[in-house]
Amino acid sequence: MRFYEFEAKQLFSKYGIPLPAGSRVAHSPEEAATIAEEIGGPVVLKAQVLTGGRMKAGGVLFADTPSEAAHAAEKILGLVIKGHVPRGVLVEARAPVEQEYYLGVTWDGFARLPVMVFSDMGGIDVEEVAEKHPEHIAKRHFSTIYPFSDYMAKELIASLGVSGTNLLRLTHIAAQLARAFRNHSLTLAEINPLARLKDGRFVCLDGHVDLEDDARESQRQILQELGIDPAEKRQARPPTEFEIRGAEIDASDPRGVAGNVVEFDGDLGLIIGAGGGSLTLFDAIRKHGGRPANYCEIGGNPSVAKTCALTKLILSKPGVKKIAVMMNVVSNTRVDLVARGVIKGVLECGYKPSEKIAIFRIPGSWESEGFKILKDYGVDYCDRTVSMYEAAGRAVAKMREG
Amino acid sequence: MALFIDVEVDPKVAADSELARKLVEVCPVNIFALGKQDKLEVVEKNLDECTLCELCLAVAAPGSVKVKKLYGEREVLVRRE
Ligand code: SF4
Repeated sequence: MRFYEFEAKQLFSKYGIPLPAGSRVAHSPEEAATIAEEIGGPVVLKAQVLTGGRMKAGGVLFADTPSEAAHAAEKILGLVIKGHVPRGVLVEARAPVEQEYYLGVTWDGFARLPVMVFSDMGGIDVEEVAEKHPEHIAKRHFSTIYPFSDYMAKELIASLGVSGTNLLRLTHIAAQLARAFRNHSLTLAEINPLARLKDGRFVCLDGHVDLEDDARESQRQILQELGIDPAEKRQARPPTEFEIRGAEIDASDPRGVAGNVVEFDGDLGLIIGAGGGSLTLFDAIRKHGGRPANYCEIGGNPSVAKTCALTKLILSKPGVKKIAVMMNVVSNTRVDLVARGVIKGVLECGYKPSEKIAIFRIPGSWESEGFKILKDYGVDYCDRTVSMYEAAGRAVAKMREG
Repeated sequence: MALFIDVEVDPKVAADSELARKLVEVCPVNIFALGKQDKLEVVEKNLDECTLCELCLAVAAPGSVKVKKLYGEREVLVRRE
């Protein structure tokens, strides 16, 4: 669950991370003028949307007076940025910046630990810095069990040559960011840029926070404090037509899951599942050089009709050449019923299952019955002796064959 | 049209309203429905949902309900005595 910038900043301020003066959300030009008046100097006004590219879209404007601020807010509130209507305009003091830094805490899936990243080249994409100027990036993993010690942050920041008062001030901010990350089950807590002002103070100019979706219940209290409805589902972009149709298919029948569809721009349609298996399979396809057209989960024994509808949806997506149907070993989903649904969907779209299904790898309950069906229709299938990774490789190889 | 499963019911069973009701009750995927005068009907659009649970075979007399697989060995599920 992504936070708006103003919510991220409110969370940071609870941890004593300094923000620019003012830093409040206006929902009308009048409110923006009042905040600007209170600040009493030049201000920046930023559209509150859950998407990037707001600067280019005119969603970030500057004003020197309250009336200019009102005018800018009116413009911003009338924008639609990549399909997002601004939830307000953040108004804060525009401060003279001496240097920009990057500070972020995220989750390292390989190390299975949180990692803190610091750079003295902020304001640009941290991935770009890592690629072009790796000497300007420092990283440090930390434990999810032991408390975060300020010393860890100090060591990290000092490793890039920061010292004196700057080191002390940055250490406090970094340590508090790590605590916010751990205390609230975040998957990302990022300040970019973290600015050092001409007077030596540090302020968070922009912030990103992503909360683990499943933590909404345990984090109910902080969400309420920030005015966020825990039931609110948020994505970085509005759902596409394709994704909406996927959700409708899933909702149309309570039997099992056949949905949770996310659209990508590849050519291989995916029907995948089994807990973490779906993510593993998605990654395996990419690792083999394949281009997924979608991410989509099945599981919990969906009905034949539901699987059929999902197959038809995926095949209807422009650019999809074949589909791969893969799961880990399953006990709660019948292989034969999935096989029926997928084959039916392919046939109803007017294709031959043997040509459209790149691979079918669902080992588990009723697999021998499922394999009889697949064999009848000439579909390439495999059992558990073929790993998920190998199956993904076979699907990608089929795509290359055409 | 069903691709994978067909169900055949003896017309005598279909006309027996009590038995018809039982079949409607036991099938987990609504393959049976009651039509006019409580006569049993097979719901074509649900046939492929058949879970092969054989509950329908258990409630009717041997041989009077047949569940046919339209794939593989074209096996026919039927209750024998
Ligand atoms: S075998 Fe089970 S699912 Fe199939 S028709 Fe009979 S009762 Fe219904």
